Amino acid sequence: MAAVRGGFQRSKRLKLQVFRTVVLLAAGIFFLVPIGAMFEFSTRGVGDKPRTLEAWQSIGTYPDLVAAITASLELAAITTIVMLVLLAPTMVWVRLKLPGLSPIMEFVCLLPLTIPAIVLVVGLAPIYNWMGNNFSDSILTLSFAYVVLVLPYAYRSLEAGLAAIDVKTLSEAARSLGAGWLTVMWRIIVPNISSAILNSAFLSVALVLGEYTIANNLLYNNLQVEIAFLGRANAGVSIAVAVASLVFAFVILVLLSFFNRGRGRLQLADLQQVMRTERG
Amino acid sequence: MPERVGVEVRLENLKRTYGPVVALNDLSLTIAPGELVALLGPSGCGKTTALRLLAGLEEADGGRVVVDGKDVTGLPTNRRNVGMVFQAYSLFPHMVAWENVAFGLQMRKVSTEERKQRALETLELVGLEKYANRYASQLSGGQQQRVALARALAIRPQVLLLDEPLSALDAKVRARLRDEIRRIQLEVGITTLFVTHDQEEALAIADRVGVMQSGHLEQLGPPITVYSRPATPFVAEFVGLTNRIPGEVKLGGVEVRGTQLPLVQKDVPTGPAIALVRPEAVTITGDGDTSSGPLVGTVIAVAFLGATSRVTVDLGDVTVLAQLPTSAASEHPAGTKVRLALRPDPVLVDTHN
Repeated sequence: MAAVRGGFQRSKRLKLQVFRTVVLLAAGIFFLVPIGAMFEFSTRGVGDKPRTLEAWQSIGTYPDLVAAITASLELAAITTIVMLVLLAPTMVWVRLKLPGLSPIMEFVCLLPLTIPAIVLVVGLAPIYNWMGNNFSDSILTLSFAYVVLVLPYAYRSLEAGLAAIDVKTLSEAARSLGAGWLTVMWRIIVPNISSAILNSAFLSVALVLGEYTIANNLLYNNLQVEIAFLGRANAGVSIAVAVASLVFAFVILVLLSFFNRGRGRLQLADLQQVMRTERG
Repeated sequence: MPERVGVEVRLENLKRTYGPVVALNDLSLTIAPGELVALLGPSGCGKTTALRLLAGLEEADGGRVVVDGKDVTGLPTNRRNVGMVFQAYSLFPHMVAWENVAFGLQMRKVSTEERKQRALETLELVGLEKYANRYASQLSGGQQQRVALARALAIRPQVLLLDEPLSALDAKVRARLRDEIRRIQLEVGITTLFVTHDQEEALAIADRVGVMQSGHLEQLGPPITVYSRPATPFVAEFVGLTNRIPGEVKLGGVEVRGTQLPLVQKDVPTGPAIALVRPEAVTITGDGDTSSGPLVGTVIAVAFLGATSRVTVDLGDVTVLAQLPTSAASEHPAGTKVRLALRPDPVLVDTHN
């Protein structure tokens, strides 16, 4: 009887394994084929010429493209830092001192999700016009708009991190031991939501690197705008840069998933340790 | 661990409201140096609010908090020298046990070497020196609370505050840790406020027990006094089990079903009243007629509690609990007719019902 049950379970596990593999392969093909095709296109030789990495090598020879890549990376860094500095302490404060405001904060933070980027541009255009005339017309000012754009994703991620710990008790414990609010934030809260902070940071970076609509309509040249422009002048280089930025975002997300999986393993190990202790 | 001398703590006329809800209503309490006072009461009675005001985690609407003769009412919690153990597990998850214990010392700018040494000494005090390098997630609930106690003590606070630290633990661990807390408190000699809703815990651990209701102290006294001489019907009913038996106040006592009992209260007007009689003051007599009488009834249940058993007897118009040695209770299974007797201990009467 036990042997029959064991055989049935093995066959069930095998079927599940096959199903998972098929789904993984299908999803992999769905995502990798276009990227592979783009890579193939970017390495295609002109006429009868053999495959070449010329388009990839010439990325550095387009000063506008290099400037756009630099600007996008700077924008990603500024947006991420501003978003974290503004959002994380505010969320902790609301959780501790003004829990009644939580639904309002959630509504405000998620609002940009429901507004199409093109509509945001309509609202932002006069502000950027004023900023350009009175303050600065640097492309880095786009980070203000991008902070709004990444808010829903960052909020969700940080909220999940904060919900996983007892913020109130931990901060009260730290305060009773003599810690000021800054110390509580930096030494107690941040290390315990580091995974959520990384999540929101990576999502912000990926979002900013892929943003086109706002930059294009406000007449700024970021990476995506430059790729679109280059596509008309030199399709090979344009596609090479697009592949590179996609792979960059992909690597970031893979790193993120590995980081989270590592934490999961640690928690399982902890649980096993406690069970051993209690048995002992 | 060096010897410490506790300080006096005074809560003077503390008031705290949350909107329309009065959490503390003119609460005054003095804790003598080195004394352990337990605040006991039902949920929402204000006991945790009192502790949080003393910790500085909440602000009072009125009144003063005086520690060692110094008014600390306006001081934020991080500038009061108090150690606190919380009801919820509060160890910092990203630090191992000794780092948790050393955190408060780091805030006080103690050198790294001394910090580690003192943290290990304090962990030894709570019997967890072997677990110094474990994270909270690698410790059981009881161990976590012991580390939390070590963390609170490591900073050598003037006052130790315990906010239902045992309520998340299972019964066996709870009893063991309760005794351990008392041992450590006596060893260190620190003034301690212990908040709990568990009467057994409060009576077992405290020098004095304060029973709270609706934001004020109903009674404050040694555990034996609170139990055997409750000041109010609320205390009598909240602390321990109580039978409510109708009787009549007359001749300076109360007559309960033919038995005259002395009164705890003075100046009680004559007339009908409810006598509050402890189950251990009710016995089952082995002799006499069990066919009729005001204290004759039928056993309807026997609850085995270990050394003692609780027998529920239906007297017709009222049900009475009697706590007896298990050997005596086993002679009266459910369905047996019995005659009860009331020990002439002074009782409290409730004249409002």
